[in-house]
Amino acid sequence: MRTKFDEQLNILNKELITMGALCENAIGNSAKALVDGDSRMAESVWELAARIDQKEREIEAMCLKLLLQQQPVATDLRVVSSALKMITDMERIGKQSADIAEIVTLENIKNTDGTDDIHDMAVAAIKMVTDSIDAFVKKDAAAARAVAEYDDVVDGFFNKIKQMIIVHFSRPECDSEYAIDLLMIAKYLERIGDHAVNIANWVLFSITGNKEG
Amino acid sequence: MDKITVEKLDLFYGSFQALKEITLNIPANEITALIGPSGCGKSTLLKSLNRMNDLVEGCRIEGSIRLDREDIYGDMDVNLLRKRVGMVFQKPNPFPMSIYDNIAFGPRTHGIRSKAKLDNIVERSLRDAAIWDEVKDRLKKPALGMSGGQQQRLCIARALAVAPEVLLMDEPTSALDPISTAKVEELAMELKKQYTIVIVTHNMQQAVRISDKTAFFLLGEMIEFGETEKIFSMPENKKTEDYITGRFG
Repeated sequence: MRTKFDEQLNILNKELITMGALCENAIGNSAKALVDGDSRMAESVWELAARIDQKEREIEAMCLKLLLQQQPVATDLRVVSSALKMITDMERIGKQSADIAEIVTLENIKNTDGTDDIHDMAVAAIKMVTDSIDAFVKKDAAAARAVAEYDDVVDGFFNKIKQMIIVHFSRPECDSEYAIDLLMIAKYLERIGDHAVNIANWVLFSITGNKEG
Repeated sequence: MDKITVEKLDLFYGSFQALKEITLNIPANEITALIGPSGCGKSTLLKSLNRMNDLVEGCRIEGSIRLDREDIYGDMDVNLLRKRVGMVFQKPNPFPMSIYDNIAFGPRTHGIRSKAKLDNIVERSLRDAAIWDEVKDRLKKPALGMSGGQQQRLCIARALAVAPEVLLMDEPTSALDPISTAKVEELAMELKKQYTIVIVTHNMQQAVRISDKTAFFLLGEMIEFGETEKIFSMPENKKTEDYITGRFG
């Protein structure tokens, strides 16, 4: 009855998964660039961020075409409008990963204190992005709500790193550039967690019709 | 406030049951859209609201329909009912007479003879139907010479001429081009300030655009009724969702 429309929605789902995977890689590579001090890895994040931008434009065009051609209602309308909102958050995730990579290339973070926590924080942020996209694909409201709850883990890492930096500032051998750059990276990761929560909230809207959070 | 209340309405055409236990409150000064696939009973319900089904042989009704709490199938005079509850059909059907006489036809039937009064009614009705400016200089010309969109607005004006309280519209724009459709839709939204409107439409986007409430019918049953925005963004019943998203129908 509506084969073409269902095909278009399937393509939209796949494109969102692809964009989500690019975001996961961007976060992962930016954390790896920091931990390993690998500037080539940092450059790969910029490339990923550019591909995320491109994907955002493609999905946006696809959604606008769906709105025009299919004039969706009910679940279809919620899915398409949620997708339009989700890609904005995913684009921000790509941009913030690129910002992390840029800080890494400044090579101010020679001290390895706190980089393990940054690594673990990045893993937690990646999990949030992965889970939010999975929840969208599987239409799983419980999984989407779990993403919002998991944000406490990422916030916990941010607070831990912030406390460590406060202590670092009180030391006579304080390296302020290291401390500020590390704090900024932690803040970017904390914001990435917030974007994942936004995505999860749009997933919930697409499933339940209610905007939570 | 509810203008029309339908309660446990069963309608039969001979042995075929076309409507099953319909209970529905139609609010005053709102547009209520009736939607559903062909044969679902929506037009049958619309016609029951001013007893047009009385003309169908073998049609039998159980339950009640009340207009301002008065049972329309009780002692109410059918002519008076149809004066209070006007109807606009799918295909514009002007009478083969002048524009003026089309509008004056109803009031004359109800005993108005004064030319001044009729002039006044004709102008007011044509103005209310947003067509006065287009026809004021050719009121004596045949209505059948007008465009389809103009004819449909003339039919709306004709329905308004007898000062109804409710306007029933059975797919009023399905034979019209997009511009005429937009004019009729805007007109309906304007008219709801003074009248209660019930519209049958196959055009989902039209229901979204102009109606306040929507009722979805399937196989003679009313599946869901509620705020239009809610029905089209978050329907409660899967059958409603499947119909409005084009999965069947």
